[in-house]
Amino acid sequence: MNAPLTVEQLLPELDHTHLDWLEEEAIFILRETVAAFERPALLFSGGKDSCVVLRLAEKAFKSKSGEGQYKGRLPFPLLHVDTGHNFPEVIEFRDRRVAEMGERLVVGHLEDSIQRGTIRLSHPLESRNNHQTVALLEAIEEHRFDVLMGGARRDEEKARAKERIFSHRDSFGQWQPKEQRPELWTLFNTRIKPGEHMRAFPISNWTELDVWLYIARENIPLPSLYFAHNRKVIRRKGLLVPLTEVTPLEAGESVETAEVRFRTVGDMTCTCPVESPALTATDIVAETLKVTISERGATRMDDRTSDASMERRKKEGYF
Amino acid sequence: MAPLATVPVIKDHRALRFLTAGSVDDGKSTLIGRLLYDSRAILADQLDTLEKKAAGAPIDLSLLTDGLEAEREQGITIDVAYRYFATKQRKFIIADAPGHEQYTRNMVTAAAGSDAAVVLVDITKLDVSAKPLPLLPQTRRHALLAHLLRVPSIVFAVNKLDAVADPAHAFTTVRHALLDFAEQAGITVAGIIPVSALRGDNVTQPLDAAWYQGPSLLQLLESLPPAQERKDGDLLIPVQYVAREGEGTGNQPRTLWGRIAHGRVKAGDSVQLFPSGLSATVAQVRLAGDVVDEAEAGQSAGIVLDRQLDVSRGDWIATPQTIHEAQRFSATLAWLDTEPAQVGRKYWVRHGNRWVQARITSIESRLDIHTLDAIDAHQLAVNEIGHVIIETQQPLPVEAYESNRIGGSLIIVDPASNRTSGALLVKGAA
Repeated sequence: MNAPLTVEQLLPELDHTHLDWLEEEAIFILRETVAAFERPALLFSGGKDSCVVLRLAEKAFKSKSGEGQYKGRLPFPLLHVDTGHNFPEVIEFRDRRVAEMGERLVVGHLEDSIQRGTIRLSHPLESRNNHQTVALLEAIEEHRFDVLMGGARRDEEKARAKERIFSHRDSFGQWQPKEQRPELWTLFNTRIKPGEHMRAFPISNWTELDVWLYIARENIPLPSLYFAHNRKVIRRKGLLVPLTEVTPLEAGESVETAEVRFRTVGDMTCTCPVESPALTATDIVAETLKVTISERGATRMDDRTSDASMERRKKEGYF
Repeated sequence: MAPLATVPVIKDHRALRFLTAGSVDDGKSTLIGRLLYDSRAILADQLDTLEKKAAGAPIDLSLLTDGLEAEREQGITIDVAYRYFATKQRKFIIADAPGHEQYTRNMVTAAAGSDAAVVLVDITKLDVSAKPLPLLPQTRRHALLAHLLRVPSIVFAVNKLDAVADPAHAFTTVRHALLDFAEQAGITVAGIIPVSALRGDNVTQPLDAAWYQGPSLLQLLESLPPAQERKDGDLLIPVQYVAREGEGTGNQPRTLWGRIAHGRVKAGDSVQLFPSGLSATVAQVRLAGDVVDEAEAGQSAGIVLDRQLDVSRGDWIATPQTIHEAQRFSATLAWLDTEPAQVGRKYWVRHGNRWVQARITSIESRLDIHTLDAIDAHQLAVNEIGHVIIETQQPLPVEAYESNRIGGSLIIVDPASNRTSGALLVKGAA
């Protein structure tokens, strides 16, 4: 197992200079994106990483009023791909935040793609996570977006570890890992041809811990299910599966109520909570310092299928 | 230079970006795996996968840096991978450049923007009884490339100390050879550290040996400064983004955003704009959403001028009379594209935030990457580095790369494929 854990080894002295530096880099990338492209959009799911990017965007493009509130409007719309299987708390949060901030939200509905026949489900309760790609690419085409800013991080997964900050997508929306452009200094190569687009990842260099430290420092609002609450769950293959209409009880299983929080929020069919009493972002920082299961391993059923499942999805045009 | 007896106290907690350079068998993957493992950056499910692979044997730490499916299929590493770990003092970002295929291209990419380079030296491949001891070609190449890119701190990690009979003697001999080589090449060495990545000796925990009293590799890395552009002297800002207040058209106040390349700026400063040459006074300085008194090199500042001038992305803001423009300059060119560099062809180049058309007017020489000696040559293919003369369609305020990374670096982009084909390090006007 791991080398012995000591708190001293793990606890960064809570000095904020490293967060300031990450913030500076992210704001720099956001401004670069808006300056270099014509039709940008910010991927916003209500998930914690996209909430962090949204706050960074406020800092990059808005000024503060006398009361310390950010005023003005972002120079791009927010884009969400709604699988139709999102947690209701997250959709409610998304709509509330967008209204409070006075931003524009574009929603690409998976249901519309299913109606059009561009997405075919093999069975009604199939995870819709992989099908998001189709709806996402359709939204890009419909709105002619030439760049999407997203909250992906390189520490999440090994396919992401090789992702550029500005990552090129061909006219089929595909990622070509062998054709990646070398990225030198901050001289980003933002040149694309018509029909192609770019993905920009301003928090590439952040880790899960950095994200939680920043959420705590900046008081960033998040959907309630990121914090401890009681929920009906089913224990299945070492995961806590939330009981929902799309993840029903199977034969031989039983339902229990547990105190849980979500570490990621995605499609209901494949996102699991972890047991936790953490009520605040600071509690979560403390827990994250002790955690021994990686974020995707503990919470995503779909990433467990194979060592390379993220890489395959990314090549097809996933986030 | 003696090994550091004590580790200096860290004053700057910014993340340290470092690249690791080593050939396939030098133990680079094991060393990175060891750093991640000992600092607990490996999580249980990732370990689980490795334990399954090991089937009862000790786990192979080198597999932690295993990358893409396409790479596993071919048994090679294609691309630079970024890894993260933290100690209580410091956050680290490793740019892990593969050691063989496309070597120069990947190493140049990893070195551009790195604060430090860790060059692995496999002591088992050296004949420590030879006098003088010849270093391996790759050691020279890795150190010279890092030096060419002006990576501020270069560290040698002398690995596989567990596999030699007399580690004290072997290390001392290799250390002297490295110091002699560095002196000849003009490289300042930040440290020479004996390690055994396999056993974990002196990687994170200091070595308990009479013959070595210095820091562990991690202790040394914790103490290295992040790259810093100078904060004193004249000001230079590439304009990244021009923001207009409010909606609609007309004469709204505008904020000129850009990361300060060097110097500092405050309200009341006189500045001159490039290329227009017009002068103005700074009315306000902003950082993110706030108005501030002053901003300095490394920060993205928003500048509001006292008058309405035509300024766009790609322009520069500078202390008056400090910009020296050039339309023809000499540079070191690292070629990254499989299609060779073509003299006379029009390429796109990016300098600061400006894209202009440019030509390579001549290739003067190619560098022997083991010695950095110039060889007479007039062609550059992928993974080759040479001296060239560049001509641009408009004058640019280029600076020598040695004195400033922002004013002195450019990328070359192929206009047909949009591939990033080359990296230019400016030497001076030609």
